[in-house]
Amino acid sequence: MVALGNGRQTADSAAMASTAPALDAAPPPRRVLRHHWLVRVTHWLNAAAIIILLMTGLNIFGAHPRLYWGHAGSVDQGERLWLETGASPPWRNPSGWIEICGTRFDTTGLIGVSASPTGSRSMVAFPHWATLPAMRDLATARRWHFFAAWVLILNGLAWLGFGLASGRLARDILPSRAQLTRAHLWHDIVEHARLRFPKGQAALSYAALQRLAYAGVALVLIPVVILTGLAMSPGMDAAWPWLDALWGGRQSARSVHFIAMAAIAGFIVLHLALVLLSGPVRQIGAMVTGRMTIGGDR
Amino acid sequence: MRPTPVVQRRQLLTALPAALALTGCDAITRNPTARAIVESGEQATWRWQRVVGRDGLAREFSAADISPVFKANGTKRPGNPEWQRLAAGGFADWRLKISGLVGRELSLSLADLARLPQRTQITRHDCVEGWSAIGQWTGPALSQLLKAAALRDGARYIVFLCADDYGAEAAKGGLQSASRYYESIDLVDAFHPQTILAHSLNNAPIDAAHGAPLRLRVERQLGYKQAKYLMQIVVADSLAPFGGGKGGYWPDRGYEWYAGT
Repeated sequence: MVALGNGRQTADSAAMASTAPALDAAPPPRRVLRHHWLVRVTHWLNAAAIIILLMTGLNIFGAHPRLYWGHAGSVDQGERLWLETGASPPWRNPSGWIEICGTRFDTTGLIGVSASPTGSRSMVAFPHWATLPAMRDLATARRWHFFAAWVLILNGLAWLGFGLASGRLARDILPSRAQLTRAHLWHDIVEHARLRFPKGQAALSYAALQRLAYAGVALVLIPVVILTGLAMSPGMDAAWPWLDALWGGRQSARSVHFIAMAAIAGFIVLHLALVLLSGPVRQIGAMVTGRMTIGGDR
Repeated sequence: MRPTPVVQRRQLLTALPAALALTGCDAITRNPTARAIVESGEQATWRWQRVVGRDGLAREFSAADISPVFKANGTKRPGNPEWQRLAAGGFADWRLKISGLVGRELSLSLADLARLPQRTQITRHDCVEGWSAIGQWTGPALSQLLKAAALRDGARYIVFLCADDYGAEAAKGGLQSASRYYESIDLVDAFHPQTILAHSLNNAPIDAAHGAPLRLRVERQLGYKQAKYLMQIVVADSLAPFGGGKGGYWPDRGYEWYAGT
C-alpha cells in the first residue's frame, strides 16, 4: 500500500497546499514513492513507441504527401485534397512548401525541401533528422511503424487496465469537479505562466491543466490515432466495417491520423519544456526510480 | 544542490537512452536482429486479422462513388515481348495456366473465363503509398477455378505469375531492382468470395495500364497484391522457389507479404 500513499491526498487539497503561505512550517525533506512501477514502465515504453511512430510516420507520409477527405483520393482525384507538400523550381535551388486548404506557405529548409545529411538539397516532405529511417524507405518505415503500433496498443491497454482497476485513472489523471471551475483553472494557468510549480505534498498530485493534458492525450488523442490507423488497413476495414465509417472514409481517417499526430507532437514539446522548467533531474528521476524528495524548499 | 551519486546515476540513466536514440536510431533499422524482431509484427497482424475478420467482406460502394479517374500505378504497358504479341492479337491467343499442386492442370482463354459465373464489385483500392481509388471490377471468383483444378494435399499458397518485367519505382525509396512481377496469397484469401480474376474495370475490358487482360482482385489487401498482366497461377506448398522467396515482387524488396495492413 506504500505505492498508494500519495494517492490519498485529494487533488483539491493538493492544489490548496500550493498556495498556502505556511512554507516555513514545511516538514523536513523526505523521499516518497511518486510513481508506481507499472506507470514508470508503461510511460517509457509509450515514449519509445511514440517517438518511433512519429518518425516512421513522417517517412511514410513522404511516399504520398497529400491528404484528402472522404473514401478516395489520388494525384488523379484531388477534388477533396486539403493538404499537400511539395517543391517548386528553379530545380538548381528549389523551394519547399506546404499548402493547407488552398493557402501556400514557404517552408524551404523544413518541409518540401531540406538539407540531406551530406548537405545537399533534398526534395522530401520531412527532413532526414525527423524521419526513421533517415532516408526515404517506405518498406522499413512501415515495418517499424506497425511493430511500434502493437507496442503502443498493448502497453496502453496495460496502463488503462491498471488505471481503471486501481482507481488511479479517476483519482490521479481525471480532473476533479473542483479543479474544473473557472477560478481554479485560471489560478492554474497563472501559476504555470509564472513558472511556479507545486511543492511539498502538492508536488505529489497533478494540477488541473496537467490532468487535462494527460487525459486529453491518453484518453482522446492516442485512441484517435489508433482507431484512424486501423481504419487505413483494408483488412481491418473488412473485419470491422464501422472503423472507416467512423471517420467518413479511409482518406478522412488518414487526415485525422495526421492531425492527431500533430497534436501529440505538440503535447510532447510542451511536456518536455515543462519537465525542463520544473526541475528535469527531479522529474525524470522520479519517472525512472519512482522516488521523489519532497519537503524543505521542494 | 550538491550532486550525490544517486543524482549522477539518475542523470546517466536518463542521458544514456537519449544519446542512444540520437545516434543509433537509423543504424538500428539496419541491424538484422532488430529487423527480425520488428518483422515479427507482420505475423502478429496476419494472425490477428484472421482471428477477428477471417470471413469479413470489404465494403462495396455505389456507382456514384466510382473514382472519375482510377489512378494507374507501376507498369503502364509491359515491355515483355510475349505480352506485346498477345496484346497485338487482342489477347485471342492468351491463356491462363493453372498448375502446381492441382489434380488437373487448366489452360483457360478469356472466353472460357467469361463463360463462368461472374461477380461484379465496386471496391476501394488502397495503395501502400497512401492514396485510394474506387472502381468496379468484374470477373469469375478465383475459388471456382481452384475447385475446378482440385487442390492437392499440401497446397498452402496461390502464386500469381505476371507478364511484367517490373522496373522498380524510385518514388517508394528503399531497395530497387528490376525483375518479373509476381504475387501470392494464402488459401483464406484465395477462397474469399470477393477474390476474383477481373477482366473488366468500370464495365470495359481492363486496359494496358490497369493490367490487361486479367488481374487479381484480393480486396482485403493493399494495391501491390492486385497482380496485373496475369499469365499463370501456381498452387504451391512453399514460397521459396519463386522470385526472391518472400512471396512477391514488393515483399522481396522489404514490404509485408501479408498486406492487409
